[in-house]
Amino acid sequence: MTSAIHVRDLRKTYPGRTPVEAVRGLDLDVESGSCFGLLGPNGAGKTTTIEILEGLLDPTSGDVEVLGMRWDRDATQLRERIGVTLQETKFTDKLSVLETLQMFRAFFPRGVAAQEAIELVGLGEKSTSYVVTLSGGQRQRLAVACALVGEPDLLFLDEPTSGLDPQSRRQLWDVVRSLRSRGKTILLTTHYMDEAEKLCDQIAIVDHGRVIAAGSPAELIRSLGGDHVVEFAFGGEIEAAAELEALKALPSVRSARGEADGFQLTVAEPHIALPAILERSKSRGTTLSRLSTRHASLEDVFVALTGRHLRDE
Amino acid sequence: MSESSGFVELYKLRVREFVREPAILFWVFGFPILLAVGLGIAFREKPVDSISIAVIDAAGSDELATSLSAVPGFRVRELDHAEALLALRLGKVALVVHPGAELEYRFDETNPEGVLARSRVDDALQRAAGRMDPRAFRETLVTEPGSRYVDFLIPGLLGMNILSGSMYGIGFALVEMRSRKLLKRLAATPMKRSHFLLATIASRMTIVVVEVVLMLTFGWLAFDMVFQGSLITAMGLCILGAASFAGLGLLAAARTRKIEVVSGLINVVMLPMFVVSGVFFSSERFPDAIQPLVRAMPLTALNDALRAVLLEGADLTSQLGRIGILVAWGAISFVVALRLFRWN
Repeated sequence: MTSAIHVRDLRKTYPGRTPVEAVRGLDLDVESGSCFGLLGPNGAGKTTTIEILEGLLDPTSGDVEVLGMRWDRDATQLRERIGVTLQETKFTDKLSVLETLQMFRAFFPRGVAAQEAIELVGLGEKSTSYVVTLSGGQRQRLAVACALVGEPDLLFLDEPTSGLDPQSRRQLWDVVRSLRSRGKTILLTTHYMDEAEKLCDQIAIVDHGRVIAAGSPAELIRSLGGDHVVEFAFGGEIEAAAELEALKALPSVRSARGEADGFQLTVAEPHIALPAILERSKSRGTTLSRLSTRHASLEDVFVALTGRHLRDE
Repeated sequence: MSESSGFVELYKLRVREFVREPAILFWVFGFPILLAVGLGIAFREKPVDSISIAVIDAAGSDELATSLSAVPGFRVRELDHAEALLALRLGKVALVVHPGAELEYRFDETNPEGVLARSRVDDALQRAAGRMDPRAFRETLVTEPGSRYVDFLIPGLLGMNILSGSMYGIGFALVEMRSRKLLKRLAATPMKRSHFLLATIASRMTIVVVEVVLMLTFGWLAFDMVFQGSLITAMGLCILGAASFAGLGLLAAARTRKIEVVSGLINVVMLPMFVVSGVFFSSERFPDAIQPLVRAMPLTALNDALRAVLLEGADLTSQLGRIGILVAWGAISFVVALRLFRWN
């Protein structure tokens, strides 16, 4: 597989009275034809990174190669081969969907017909409507259509579903999946772990301007040591620190964390770990005030790596 | 697709943004015409026959009033002594006539209407009493074209409108596009950035042509304006002015992110020129000491050149100095704006 994006030791510092280090030595490799997700909390440096890759920001230092080209040498050629959606672009209210796309189409030397791009994102019925009449989800799909109309090899989608209702999110996911099946390389940023998990072949988890873990969703979850998460709480007072050590030692338990009012265990085989937890409860003479098990998610990976939740900010 | 179609699409974008917003259409096309109507009515030439005079109620006053009323040009009222003096003091009448064997004319020497009324009333009364004029004469009435206030006003409003149209149509519009991140989005496409700026200016030029045609047609139809010079030359000056002000608009928008800030900048540029550059009254009323500054303002140059062409019939070559001022403002602001301009 050839590499669509290759980034080494990328750094970006915004100057000011208190300079902000938005990106601090970030490495990234995105394979052609894959859907790659930058997952991280707000303020992790995702947007700064993607805007550097889009040629909208200059990096402070580092090595950036996009489609085998560099922004300082091949800017014009690169712009012809990428498609971009920004966070919160507002297109002109009193322009129709078709007129908006015809304008974007005119900037590219090759591409698909404006109407075809509209059909691709499922806005066919809105073709002659003014932008001002579109819902949030429809506007976001219009933004994707504008990114598609030049038939790019590489698509950048910055927080494509941020602020959308669940139905609009799913519609947009369908659009992204159909693009992936057409062989486009897609780089998207998101702070929704379910979105990254459902859409992306490869994920880089970004925090404080660095990649703290990378791999496929399955690999990242496997890195926890167990696919399952068991959450429970004992009734009554307990000494949390000592209890944590005891829980870690239970069979099939790979890691343990104290939560606000209970414990969270990563577990390889629930049918082994659960009886042991119940036994432990009985031997302490307490009951379990709650108990649940579920499949581990990327959220758990993020929590395991940082000790914080994705949406804690 | 060819390269130029990006330009064409951007041009269409700007024109559509303009014509699809009724509020913008009103401010650019309707408002100046309303202003011309309002000011044209308020400052219309008063007909000469509106001089009011008072005759004091006394023996012989009825006769006097009747003979004066027969003379065109006077509105005569009979008032008692106190009322008549009060009316004179308040300027409601220009002259008070006291009947009697010896007539008394009471008027303010510094009021031209009073002086005029005194001499006309005296003539009328003396002739009615049998005075013969020894010299024969005839009167030929003329009106000097282009001398009315509305003739002065229309070119000034045109200049003002071209300035505000360029400042808002370019300065405000660009900052608005930047604030909704459309500029940044466009910068991420292979769009030629020069096409964007050229299309913005070209659409503005198109709108200026419509503005000028509307305004001059209105002056001609509603106020019987007579244009002494070439309308083509006037149009050329307006387009040059719009281009020059486009540079100022671009400069105001070069780095500004917030709509509130650019509105302030636009007012800082425009309001002083609305006052000093001869929109509503002649810029020559300002002291000689600041005249060089006043004349160096681009709106002064445009207004003076437009008046010279429209009202005095001047040709283009006589306006080269003013054209130079417009070109200089436009060129300098354009070059600086392009250096400063930020897409995101």
